[in-house]
Amino acid sequence: MEIATRRFANAIVARLVGRIDHATSAEVETALAPLVAEAGAAHGCLVLDFSALDYISSVGLRVLMVAAKQLRERQAQLLVTALQPVVAEIFAISRFNRILSVTARLDEALALCSPEALAACRDEVDPSGGPR
Amino acid sequence: MMRVHFWGTRGSLPVALTADGVREKLQAALRAARGRPLDTEADVQRLIASLPFATQGTYGGHTSCVQIETGGFDHFVCDMGSGLRPFGQAAMQQHGGAAQTFHIFLSHLHWDHIMGLPFFVPAFVPGNRVMVYGCHDGFEAALRRQQEEPSFPVDFSIFNARLEFVRLAPGQRHEIGGVGVTPMLQRHGGDSYGYRFESQGKSVVYSTDSEHPLDQPQHTARFVEFFRDADLVIFDAMYSLADAVSIKADWGHSSNIVGVELCQMAGAKRLCLFHHEPVFDDAAIEAVLAETRRLEEITRGARPLQVSAAYDGLEIGL
Repeated sequence: MEIATRRFANAIVARLVGRIDHATSAEVETALAPLVAEAGAAHGCLVLDFSALDYISSVGLRVLMVAAKQLRERQAQLLVTALQPVVAEIFAISRFNRILSVTARLDEALALCSPEALAACRDEVDPSGGPR
Repeated sequence: MMRVHFWGTRGSLPVALTADGVREKLQAALRAARGRPLDTEADVQRLIASLPFATQGTYGGHTSCVQIETGGFDHFVCDMGSGLRPFGQAAMQQHGGAAQTFHIFLSHLHWDHIMGLPFFVPAFVPGNRVMVYGCHDGFEAALRRQQEEPSFPVDFSIFNARLEFVRLAPGQRHEIGGVGVTPMLQRHGGDSYGYRFESQGKSVVYSTDSEHPLDQPQHTARFVEFFRDADLVIFDAMYSLADAVSIKADWGHSSNIVGVELCQMAGAKRLCLFHHEPVFDDAAIEAVLAETRRLEEITRGARPLQVSAAYDGLEIGL
């Protein structure tokens, strides 16, 4: 499991690559812990970019639920964005699309976080105007 | 050969199809009939067969009771929910006055799993033998208490059959009536037990009222082994995964997603969704079934897992 992070104002964007399943969920939970702590301390957002995530199992969904709960307790929030079709189906079947904030695109997630986060992201945009 | 007959499939408490529910089915059927020939009985039967199950039938409302036929004369039954009553009536019709032996395995003692006993006709018939198996300490007392005043007007003295109560040790295989039976401790309020039945090379796992904590790999491994290569796993899929890990965490039930994952890891051949949420109507259960089949499809490994949803009256041959 590969996780790359970027920061836009009070938002941390973590891009997860691969699969979150019984084999990798503990690793993901460990990797997310400091990001949850950082976003929580800033009362900001942790945005999980799933554009390169191929699959998530029940144990992976539980990791997201725990992170969301921890962030809520610190007046921060978890956002999930750019789900691939299979992962989007798993979210719908599990009803996790009803208990987590899910957006189609990264800029939509950042807009939900704060205008500053969205603006910071747009400062990095390519000439076509879309977020990188 | 094993054959599984579902007599009660609903969780928590019995439900009944309402007048509004029947009307909705009629409306849906009549809409589907528009423009189709209905002149002959064959036309009518073809139309009915073309309708979704939620329109032409119902998942039913009896609480847990599942019969496992093994080809022998003895009856094997899981739980004594309200579905035990129609099972008992069918057994009497099938065998008439001949003495019968019933082996009944209790998952646990919550009301919806024992409420059928006072209405179990074979227990009233002299010559019959009713063997009740459980793993809980004092389970006989719990059954007797159900039929004491003021909860019920007649106690066990009304039963003319020979009733026996046998406590089983979980985690051990027991030979009962020619069938291998292995109970397994499950996570549920007050504990529950699943059962694995093995006969003539076939295996059925009955695993209801069982919550699966997702942060305990050793728990998962234990159930994967319990379900290993089963021909059929009857699985508590009462809640969505989101509910099961959030607002209904620790309520002692599981989800369709965990059912698919455990069966896939175990190499089971067939999953049957069971212990349906009582607030779900037929359309809702049918939607859960369709979604579960889709999940199996998009997560399929080396071999497919057949997925069905139990309904009162469903029979599955193995």
